[in-house]
Amino acid sequence: MNTLLPILKKEFLGYFRSPVGYVILAVFHLLAVGLAFFSGYYRSNQASLDIFFSFVPWIFLFFIPATGMRLWAEENRSGSIELLMTLPISISSAVIAKFLAAWGFIGIALGLTFSLAITTGYLGDPDWGKIISGYFACLLIAGSFLSISSLCSAMTKNQVIAFVISVLICFFATVLGSQFLASLVNKLPTAIANVVSNFSYLIHFQTMTRGLIELAALSFFLTTTAAFLAINIIILKR
Amino acid sequence: MVEVDNLKKSYGSLQAVKGVSFTIEKGEILGFLGPNGAGKSTTMKMITGYLSPTSGTARVQGFDVQTHPIEVKKRVGYLPESSAAYPEMTVVEFLTYVAEARGITAKDEISDRLGDVIIKCHLQKVQGQTIETLSKGYRQRVGLAQAILHDPSVLILDEPTDGLDPNQKYEVRKLIKGMAENKAIILSTHILEEVEAICTRVIIVDEGRVVVDESPEDFKARKPGAKIDEIFRELTNKNSYA
Repeated sequence: MNTLLPILKKEFLGYFRSPVGYVILAVFHLLAVGLAFFSGYYRSNQASLDIFFSFVPWIFLFFIPATGMRLWAEENRSGSIELLMTLPISISSAVIAKFLAAWGFIGIALGLTFSLAITTGYLGDPDWGKIISGYFACLLIAGSFLSISSLCSAMTKNQVIAFVISVLICFFATVLGSQFLASLVNKLPTAIANVVSNFSYLIHFQTMTRGLIELAALSFFLTTTAAFLAINIIILKR
Repeated sequence: MVEVDNLKKSYGSLQAVKGVSFTIEKGEILGFLGPNGAGKSTTMKMITGYLSPTSGTARVQGFDVQTHPIEVKKRVGYLPESSAAYPEMTVVEFLTYVAEARGITAKDEISDRLGDVIIKCHLQKVQGQTIETLSKGYRQRVGLAQAILHDPSVLILDEPTDGLDPNQKYEVRKLIKGMAENKAIILSTHILEEVEAICTRVIIVDEGRVVVDESPEDFKARKPGAKIDEIFRELTNKNSYA
């Protein structure tokens, strides 16, 4: 823990040392709230954040890789990785510290959208349990996407490559359970289709935004996050 | 203090280091010489624990880098060749980060150490500036400050005077010499006069092997009257085009 904090602090503050962090926050906020407004947040006449939550995974698809792409690629490119790796810090603490810092940054981005929840509470009488479990789902899916981005970032010194590859992986993982893929998968036996959809980020996410904190969803997000971080550690140990 | 035994490193079929061995004791300043690509940096990186050797061992104060990397890293101060730092941090922010990451947590101690290295490395004027705005000479000295911050017993400096003007070179050499008493120092360099000025021992590596390991006096005595550059050229020139 002692060795974790300095890196966590440095990485987290790093988002605010350049304009990049602020730009990412602003764009995320505009996209998330804007899309909800334009897709019938008012018109639906329901005091709920369902519409907002339905967009979150798709925005995260770009937003999380944008947040995570610099974590390791930047160090690889500038050579500061040499400095980091000769500090008396284990690789696992470095990976976890960087992950937590970026996750915290995403937490702030999500926290800012809570204005929408407050508006909803002012205009109507929403189911707060559902909103809380929805935000919890957002944090979990963010963590899982972020672990993918962090891994991609560790494998290259080019941030753009890290971004593109992680968007691709996250997109594939999300789309596994979508309607679009379901129509393609229709020709497959039901058993296989079920297995595939069990690996879908979207399906587990939707369960939670409906207000259900299922053990299956929870363990899915946590294990995928842990698994990608573990691969990240192994890659850096090479 | 540092024992290197038959250290080898290969990248695929390319053998960068083909068995380097030496030991150095407290008080020694080892000048690590050799043409570019001879394996100097790679050897140094293996001692710091940044690269893992293909075979062979490196020990720092009895701790094997492979089995006790954290113990080794605590005892070693390292200045990488690229004088790597984080461009958007200020000098003080950066040094504070390194101090904290090295386990120095008490505020007083951090400010003591920082004050000390900032004076030693002449960084007073730029301490509040971000590193990206610094000249190469200052960046190099920030790297040096970072390496000596925790008062390590072993210092590994990859071309410490690279990019400095003659006055700064003189200052840095004085600083290194002043610290040598209770440390073991390894520095790589291309400047042969530097070896004469501060080193107590010379190792020349060429094509991944140690070709010379002796005192600077013995080294000069190889060819009385000749310049140190000439001896170096004769020893390492087998494959160059010049």
